[in-house]
Order: sequence, then structure tokens, then C-alpha cells
Amino acid sequence: MTNVHPVTENDLHAYVDQRLDPARHAQVEAYLAAHPEAATQVLIYREQKTLLRNAFDPVLAEPIPKHMLKARSRRWGRPQLLAVAASLTMGVSIGWWVHGETALKKNALLVSLPMQATVAHAVYTTEVLHPVEVGADQQDHLVKWLSKRLNKPLHAPVLQHAGYQLEGGRLLPGNSGPAAQFMYRDSAGQRLTLYLRKALAENSDTAFRYARESGVSVFYWVDGDMAYALSGDIAREKLLIVADAVYRDLMK
Amino acid sequence: MSKFEELIVEQIPRLRRYARALVGERARADDLVQDTLERAWTRFHLWRHGSNLRAWLFTVMHNVFVNQYRNGDRGRTSSLDENFEIPMRDGSEVSMQMRDLHNSLAQLPDDFREVILLVGVEQLTYEEVSEVLNIPLGTVMSRLSRAREKLHVLMSGQVKPLRRIK
Repeated sequence: MTNVHPVTENDLHAYVDQRLDPARHAQVEAYLAAHPEAATQVLIYREQKTLLRNAFDPVLAEPIPKHMLKARSRRWGRPQLLAVAASLTMGVSIGWWVHGETALKKNALLVSLPMQATVAHAVYTTEVLHPVEVGADQQDHLVKWLSKRLNKPLHAPVLQHAGYQLEGGRLLPGNSGPAAQFMYRDSAGQRLTLYLRKALAENSDTAFRYARESGVSVFYWVDGDMAYALSGDIAREKLLIVADAVYRDLMK
Repeated sequence: MSKFEELIVEQIPRLRRYARALVGERARADDLVQDTLERAWTRFHLWRHGSNLRAWLFTVMHNVFVNQYRNGDRGRTSSLDENFEIPMRDGSEVSMQMRDLHNSLAQLPDDFREVILLVGVEQLTYEEVSEVLNIPLGTVMSRLSRAREKLHVLMSGQVKPLRRIK
């Protein structure tokens, strides 16, 4: 045969994988006939391929686990949720998107907010005896007390439409001063907490931000001089609905 | 179900086959598939309509694998080898050869295992593998060559590798 290109290691693999054009295939075949060592190599690789296919092809016949299809439909709803999130925060978020520099600074100050809020959430929502310091039966007292300590008139958002009742609240240590936590629960006993403290630096508004810390979902945002974080062990989309209710209530 | 959903669901069995061969243990493999699907849903706008969806999904899976499932640089540890599960057809016995294959596969470095499986089991072209793993074609070929050689050595228990032609 005319030695256009010598047969290489790559040719042997391409031969095994049937990726050669017919002319080259014939050339390699002729080469193998004259070189038993290369022919053995090809046999070994072919056998490997067959073994691998035999080993793993049975997986193709296994029924698809339901959760994979569920994951699919759950995700499918997501673009709509993002649209909801975008529209509900449109009014407050423009500054965030436009002023990169400010956003960066604010980003730094926000770093610890979701962490603080979710830790407080995890500690107190699992508390059986004393989940709150002051119960909802003394709501006026609770709100006045926390307002005084945070030096800011506060208000416990009404979340009945979203299915949550105020359970009470407590005073917490924040970054550089006091913070407050309002606790809510639904009819099934599922708890959400709203964490509030003074925003640390400049007074412009930011969009809702989402984070997941140690298994707890949290939406957090800065509005004026206050920083808020709503935490819960519920799906992001459900939490977003409540976060929207909180935000609207606070706007009143 | 939308057209896009149908297309993706169609690929699930193959993604599972590859994941099983790649990480061995069934539960972990299915987690990898699940994570891949979730990532694909959030990024499907990055998929160019009409382009190779299968290669794109394998690319997503490769990225998830590298970021979350890889067992460090040393490849698999021996304790993980024991978790390597062998898929079986009903009633069939696991031959010694099959057991050898699984053990040997588990000992291959991740990079090698990926190439040998994408080419040998998933029947991707070398160009597709290069795209999926984001490595040059030449690297695909050299990894394939070394992976096959190494698998052969592991399976036959030989110390002496095959002589390579140049």
C-alpha cells in the first residue's frame, strides 16, 4: 500500500470506534493484518467497549425515578417565579441594578444579614418552651419595647392573608446594636421569622435577595435605614410570597 | 409537556447510564442526574435551539460532576470502590469479569473514566467529547489512549503496559 500517512495510535482508536472514513479504515485494516501486536491491541479495546456496554446498558431499561420528573416540573415553574420576584421588587430595585458601586458597598454590608437571620431562625424556631420572649397576646407591649430598643418605630407585619399568625418576638444582638425577631406560624405549626435591624450604611433601597444558609431559606432586603430578612424552612417560591406580603405591609 | 421538556426527558436514561458508570453508586449517580437536570432547567436559555442537546446535557453533567462529585485529585478511594454498584439484568449472575471491570473502572482517574465512558458507552464523537469536557481534541485522544491502556492493565492485573506503536 502507498504510505500516505503512517498508522498511528489515534488511528487504532478511531478504528475501534468506527470513526474512520472508508479509505482510511481499509488502510488500517491492512496494517493490522501485517502487525499482530497492533491487532491484539485493537481486539482488547473492542472487548473493553463491549464489556462496558454490557455492564451499563441495563441502566437504560430502569424506570425513571419519580423525583427526577418532579424536579423537572418544579423547575419549570421557575422563570415565572423570577418574573414575579422581578415585578414585585421593581420599584425598589432599580438603584441596585444601576449603581454598581453603591451596590457593591451595600453587598458587603449585607453579607452577614442572611447568616445572622438564619442562625436566629434555627435557634428559636426549634425552641419548645420559649420560642418567643414576648407572646402575640402582648403585641402592643412587644412592638413598643422592640421599637424603643432599636430606636425606630417598628410594626409587626400582618401576614394572615399569607396564612401566618404572629406568635411573638424577641430582642437579639445584631451586628453593632440590637436586632428584633418576629416569629410567625401557620395552622400546621410551620414557623417563619422576620429579622430586623438597622441597616449599617447608606440609605438607598435594594432588591430582594435570596440565600440558603444551613438548610434555611431566606429573603433579605434593605429598605431605607432598616434591613430585613425573612427566614423559613419552606420552598423558595412559598417564602417569596410571604416576603412580598411582608414588604407590602411595611410599605403601608 | 413542552417540546423542550420532552427532549430532555428523552435523554434521562442516557444521563443515568453515564452517571452510574461515572460515580458507581446508584443513589449518588441519581443525585448527579438530578442536579444536572435542575441546572439544565435554569440554563436552558443557554442551549442554542437545534444544536446538540445531548452533548449539551453531558456538558452540564460534566460541570456538576467536577464541581460537586469529584473525589479529589487522587481519584477514588478504596472505600468508595466498595460502593460501586453493578447494574444487572434480571436473574443474571455477576460474572467475575464484570466485577473486575467495575473494580478497575473505579480505580481509573476521573479524567480517564470520563473519556473512556463518553466514547465507549455513550458513543459520542471525539469532537463532542472535546466540547463536553472542554479540552482540545488532542487531549481527548491522548486521554482515551491512556485510559484504555490503564483499564487493560488494571483488568489483567498486569504490571507491564501494552507496547504502544508510534
